[in-house]
Amino acid sequence: MSAPTHDAIGYWKANLRLMTICLVIWFVVSYGFGILLVEPLNAISLGGYKLGFWFAQQGSIYTFVVLIFFYAWRMNRLDREFDVHED
Amino acid sequence: MDLQTLTYIVVGATFALYIGIAIWARAATTGEFYVAGKGVNPIANGMATGADWMSAASFISMAGLIAFMGYDASVYLMGWTGGYVLLAMLLAPYLRKFGKFTVPEFIGERFYSQTARIVAVICLIVASITYVIGQMKGVGVAFGRFLEVPFEVGVYVGMAIVFIYAVLGGMKGITYTQIAQYVVLIFAYTVPAIFISLNLTDNPIPQLGLGSAMADGSGVHLLDKLDQVLVELGFNQYTAQKGETLNIFLLTLSLMIGTAGLPHVIIRFFTVPKVRDARASAGWALVFIALLYTTAPAVGAMAILNFVNTVQTGEVGSAEGNVVAEQRPQWMRNWETTGLLAYEDKNGDGRIQYYNDKNPDFAAKAESFGWKGNEMTKVDRDIMVLANPEIAKLPNWVIALVAAGGLAAALSTAAGLLLAISSAISHDLLKGVFMPNISEKNELMAGRIAMAGAILVAGWLGIHPPGFAAQVVALAFGLAASSIFPALMMGIFNKKINNSGAVLGMLAGLLSTLIYIFWFKGWFFIPGTEMMANTKDNWFLGIQPESFGAVGALINFAVAIIVSKVTAPPPEHIQHLVEDIRIPKGAGQASSH
Repeated sequence: MSAPTHDAIGYWKANLRLMTICLVIWFVVSYGFGILLVEPLNAISLGGYKLGFWFAQQGSIYTFVVLIFFYAWRMNRLDREFDVHED
Repeated sequence: MDLQTLTYIVVGATFALYIGIAIWARAATTGEFYVAGKGVNPIANGMATGADWMSAASFISMAGLIAFMGYDASVYLMGWTGGYVLLAMLLAPYLRKFGKFTVPEFIGERFYSQTARIVAVICLIVASITYVIGQMKGVGVAFGRFLEVPFEVGVYVGMAIVFIYAVLGGMKGITYTQIAQYVVLIFAYTVPAIFISLNLTDNPIPQLGLGSAMADGSGVHLLDKLDQVLVELGFNQYTAQKGETLNIFLLTLSLMIGTAGLPHVIIRFFTVPKVRDARASAGWALVFIALLYTTAPAVGAMAILNFVNTVQTGEVGSAEGNVVAEQRPQWMRNWETTGLLAYEDKNGDGRIQYYNDKNPDFAAKAESFGWKGNEMTKVDRDIMVLANPEIAKLPNWVIALVAAGGLAAALSTAAGLLLAISSAISHDLLKGVFMPNISEKNELMAGRIAMAGAILVAGWLGIHPPGFAAQVVALAFGLAASSIFPALMMGIFNKKINNSGAVLGMLAGLLSTLIYIFWFKGWFFIPGTEMMANTKDNWFLGIQPESFGAVGALINFAVAIIVSKVTAPPPEHIQHLVEDIRIPKGAGQASSH
C-alpha cells in the first residue's frame, strides 16, 4: 500500500459525485414524493392509483432497483476510466 | 387428496430438497463456512439475500399490516427496501474489498481496537438474537396451523432442519438452501396474488391490478372502491395518511439504515468473488425482494376488500346488508378453530357486522342501523396472507404451497441470523480475542459448535418467548441503525475517525436508543417499569420509540466526529487501509489471507 495516487483521489471524487446524485433521487422519490409531498401528489391520478400513494407503495421501490443498477453500471465504467478495476 | 396429506407432501418435499443441498454443499474450510469460499455468483447471491432478508414477518405479516394500515404501512415497504440503496453505495463494495469474514472484524481492524470489535459483537448478537426469536415462532405457528402439530414440535422440526444444513454447510450450505427457499417462497406468495388480482380486476399482474378498475363492470377503480367501502363503515380512507408525518419519516429512515446495518444481510455480500459483484448483487437482491414487496400492497388491499365484501354483502345499514352468520363461508369457520378469527352476534340479529365502533362520528349511524358494536371481535392480521387462497377459492395445492412458503421464509432468515451469531462467536470472540492461535480446523469446529449452540438458544427462546418478543423489531432495527451502520459508514467515508471516536460513538448511539425505547416501553420491556407513559405528550420532540433509531444514528455520527477531532488522529497505516478499501483493485489478494 502506498500514498493515494492522483487517480485514486479523482476516482473517489467521481464516486462521491455519482453517489450524491443517486442518493438525492433516493431521497426525493421516497421521503419527498412518498411522504412529505404525498397529499398534494395524491390529487394526481396514475391509472387507478393516486400518485403519492403509488410512489409510497410501488414507485419508490422500482426507483431503488433502477438506482442500484445505474450506480453499479457507472461505477464499473469509472473503475476502468481510472484504472482501478479488478483483474 | 385431502389438504393435510397434500401439505405434508409439499412441505416434506421442500425439506428433502434442503437436506439434499446440505449434503451436497458441505463446508470444508473456515472460508467456506463463513463466506461460502467467496465464490457465489452475484445473481445467485441476490436470490439468497432475498430469502435471507424476507422473514416470516415479510411473508406472513406484512400484507396484513398493509391491509389494516393502508397508506401508513408504506413505512415498511420503503423502509425495508430503501436500505439496499444505502448498502449498495455506502457499505457492500467496500466491505467486500476489505475481504474478511465478519462485520465486527472490520470494525475492530479499521478502528484498531479490540473494544470496538467487542462492542460490535455485542450489538450484533443482541440484534440477531431478538430477530431470530420471531423466526422460530413463525416456524412453530406455520406448522401448528397447516400441519396441526403442537407449536413446540413445529419449532423442534424447524431446529432440526436448520441444524442439518447450517452446521454441516455453514454459509455455503445456507446460501444454496436460501436460493431454493427463495424460489419456494416467491412462488407461494405470487400464485395466490395473481389469482386474486384476476378475480377482482381481470388483470393477472397484482402490481397493475391494484391500480385497475374493478372487474364487476362498474368501472370504479379498486383503490377508490376500497376507500369508499371503508369510509361507509366508519374507517379512514385506505389511501389517506393517518399517522404523523414526522414519525412516518423517521421510522422509514430508521428501518432503512437499520436494514443496511443488519449483519446477517451485510455478510451475504462477503460471499461474491469481486467488488463489482457486490454492487450488482445488491441490485439483484432488491429485484428479488421487490417481487414480493410490490406484490404485498396488492395482496393487502385485495384481501381487506374481499374480507369486507364477505361480511358486508349488501348496502350498509340495510336489513339484508350483512352476511347471515349461519351462511358464513367455510374459510371463516376453518380459521375460527385456530382462534385467529372470532365473531360474536352482539345485537342478536343472526348476521355479522364489521365496522369501526371506535369512531364517535359513526356511532349514531351504527345505532340507527341497530348495530351494537363491531361483531368481528378478532381478525388476526396474519390471516390476510394465510387464508387468502381459501378466500379466493384456490385449489388445495396452493394452500399447501403457502405453508411451505411461510416455512421457507422463516427458516432462511433464521439460518442467516444464526450464521451471523456463530461467526461472531467463533471468529471474533474466540479467534479474535481469546485464542488468536487457534488452528483453522479447530476454528471450523468451534464455528459448528457455536452454530449448534445458537440454534438451541434460538429454539428455546422461540418456545419460551420473553414478553418482549412482539417489540423486538423496533429493538433490532434500532440497534443496527444506531450502532452498526454509522460505525461502518464512517469507517469507510471518514479517514479521521479514530478508535475512541468510534467506540464512544457506537456506545452513545446504542445507549441513547436503548434507553429511549426502554424509557417508554419498560426496562427490558418488563411491564410496569416504564419511566413515562408511552404517549405523544411525553415523547422527545414527539418522536415515537420505534422511530428513534435514526436519531440514535445521528448521535453516533456526532459523538464520533467530535471525539475524533479532539483526540489523536488514526495512525498512518489505518489511513492507508481506508484508501485501499476505497478502490476495487486488488480485491483478489485480500481475500486469500
